[in-house]
Amino acid sequence: MNIPDYSVWLNENQHSIDHGRKLTGMPRTPRLHLPPTPARPGESPDFSYLQLSPAGAVPRPDVNARARDIGYLSLELVRVLDDAHDAVGPWHPHLDPAELQVGLRHMLLTRTYDDRMQRNQRSGKITFYMRSLGEEAVSVAQCMALRPGDMLFPSYRTQGLHIARGLPLVDMMCQLLSNTRDMCKGRQLPVMYHSAAQRLFSISGNLATQFPQAVGWAMAAAIKGEDDLAAAWIGEGSSAEADFHHALLFAAVYQAPVILNLVNNQWAISTFQGYAGGEQRSFAARGPGYGIAGIRVDGNDFLAVHAVTQWAAERARIGAGPTLIELVTYRAAAHSTSDDPSRYRAKDDYAHWPLGDPIERLKAHLIKHAGWTEERHRALVEELDAQVAASWKEAVTHGTLVDGPRLDPDLMFEDVFKVMPPNLERQRAAMRAERSDARWRK
Amino acid sequence: MAQMNLTQALNSAMDVMLGRDPTVVLMGEDVGYFGGVFRVTDGLQRKYGAHRVLDTPIAEGGIVAAAIGMAVNGLRPVAEIQFADYIYPGFDQITSELARLRYRSAGDFYAPVTIRTPCGGGIRGGQTHSQSPEAVFTHVCGLNVVMPSNPYDAKGLLIASIEEDDPVIFFEPKRLYNGPFDGDPAKPAAPWSTHPKGEVPEGHYRVPLGKAEIVRPGKDLTIVSYGTMVHVAAAAASAHGLDAEIIDLRSLVPLDVDTICDSVRKTGRCVIAHEATRFSGFGAEILSVVQENCFWDLQAPIQRVTGWDTPYPHAFEWEYFPSQARFAAAFRVVMEPA
Repeated sequence: MNIPDYSVWLNENQHSIDHGRKLTGMPRTPRLHLPPTPARPGESPDFSYLQLSPAGAVPRPDVNARARDIGYLSLELVRVLDDAHDAVGPWHPHLDPAELQVGLRHMLLTRTYDDRMQRNQRSGKITFYMRSLGEEAVSVAQCMALRPGDMLFPSYRTQGLHIARGLPLVDMMCQLLSNTRDMCKGRQLPVMYHSAAQRLFSISGNLATQFPQAVGWAMAAAIKGEDDLAAAWIGEGSSAEADFHHALLFAAVYQAPVILNLVNNQWAISTFQGYAGGEQRSFAARGPGYGIAGIRVDGNDFLAVHAVTQWAAERARIGAGPTLIELVTYRAAAHSTSDDPSRYRAKDDYAHWPLGDPIERLKAHLIKHAGWTEERHRALVEELDAQVAASWKEAVTHGTLVDGPRLDPDLMFEDVFKVMPPNLERQRAAMRAERSDARWRK
Repeated sequence: MAQMNLTQALNSAMDVMLGRDPTVVLMGEDVGYFGGVFRVTDGLQRKYGAHRVLDTPIAEGGIVAAAIGMAVNGLRPVAEIQFADYIYPGFDQITSELARLRYRSAGDFYAPVTIRTPCGGGIRGGQTHSQSPEAVFTHVCGLNVVMPSNPYDAKGLLIASIEEDDPVIFFEPKRLYNGPFDGDPAKPAAPWSTHPKGEVPEGHYRVPLGKAEIVRPGKDLTIVSYGTMVHVAAAAASAHGLDAEIIDLRSLVPLDVDTICDSVRKTGRCVIAHEATRFSGFGAEILSVVQENCFWDLQAPIQRVTGWDTPYPHAFEWEYFPSQARFAAAFRVVMEPA
């Protein structure tokens, strides 16, 4: 490392310091704080920085509690499932075993779907994909704790929301394929799903924008006197964007019926969560800073995630205010199919993650307490594999980017405006002429 | 001289400047340890330290604002915005602050910030990884705007930008990082080693801002372009057997009006090409310059070859991208006998 000697430089370069810029005050040794990254390639995974609370240890306040009185929730870690796979403590949601099995199914389906779509990207069938490996409890448990009328503002790694809401896999796959049944009509990158009917907002490739939009949706619900609420998801990395702060501020000012979910999966591509501001204090603690409730929850504990979301939903619905939930989890896979995490983080890191795997934990709990068995689990995995395979087979009949049928390129000019303006009509005609020019036809 | 692709040439420019000038710092999302999602800053943190090659939070507004503050306090920051499509959260800091600091303080404060950002399509990036927003910034007084089309120019222009005391928005056509591109996605990709501008000096040199290059002299018509479209224009003209004079603007602000107008006065015909959308695109400015200065020399209406006025669509990338076929349509009009 080459630490510059600024005093020498200053003497040699006086001529270029011409407007009172003061380099003279700089110390020779830089003293800017740089957040540490616990383990890079070649080092052992190190999660000693993670602050944990024992399962069952965090008190559950009344949903009416004032934000100022429940600051501890933003610093502790709400957990229900303990190491013996028992559900313990005041946050135990006492869900029906059948509902838990549905949760397990949705999480497994999400993981199976992810695996298969990742392979389809690798074999060139789709251009891009993003897995949610290790984060399935976040979207599945949260979706299940909300009502069908509640509006969801997903991020690009919460496909469990779409699956738990019942968006058909074929519809999701057709979006990935940009084919003739693509809900986005070929305009969006893969994984940017939406469903107006199922109240799943359009995903943007720009980060964090959905967070304050969800607050606006919730404000409208309050203005109209409806009791639907909005929920939004964001990564800890993108919580650095100003939009995160706009969301918290507007939510606090108007006490909007909204649940703001920050999925802390520890990594923003190559950048550790310390660079998003997680080193000195939890992300959840930003809630109380704005005057809204903040809760930090074990994001790999299906029961805890469900319980906390239900608490926040009830709170929002009775008008007791918004909640910021920090879901502590781990991005077990690469950021996307364009990323290679072996370049920037320790090998086998996920195997050492102290909060385990969300599917394995719920499965163990169900085996111990709800009559679930390894055989039933294996049969479920096989069933879901077959379901995903059959859906894919159907989806590709509507076309892929490689093999037709293709969407009509005319669609490119629609929906820029409600009514196509004349300049786009002219451009559409020009595009058609280009395509009929045999020399350039593909 | 060394063989470099565009990524390596940009890396070399920053390496040279970090080595020469201790006030130069790099900053941006994933630029440090990782070396950038396009590898443009690869190895520079290892070489110069984490205090000079800073990873930042994902906050473009914060990145630009902090770069301004650092520049006012004597540093010369080179900030990367990971994709030009992500630059908008930094828009207020760029347009209201960075561009105007010198003006509003009567020169007592200024911020020598270079903002590097990959732009353009052709990599199946969809609408949020493909845009070319250069005209948005050329419309703001006080910003230099640069877009190279090859490794040699990229390095010289980036060094000149970093040494420039006024802010520079430096667009990097990402389709060109690994090789020139003539607009035909079906052809195998060519590496920069096949192109003379892939020969790049290893040390310090400058390509001045505000100086266009005549890539190819010709007498039939003038094609004014920049970035990826320089290569598409050359291929299209050649395919049509036209002796085109091809001008690579290299910097849009300042604009080399003389080179453009001298050429159009000679050829009497002009096509302007850019990848960005057409309406209020930078082509409209060039067209005005040509019309104002060369009206009596023109033999045919000036034509523009551009992207359509829609967001960049994922599935229709090659119907959107200004192809050689789109040039053909422009050539038909502009080459009509007077």
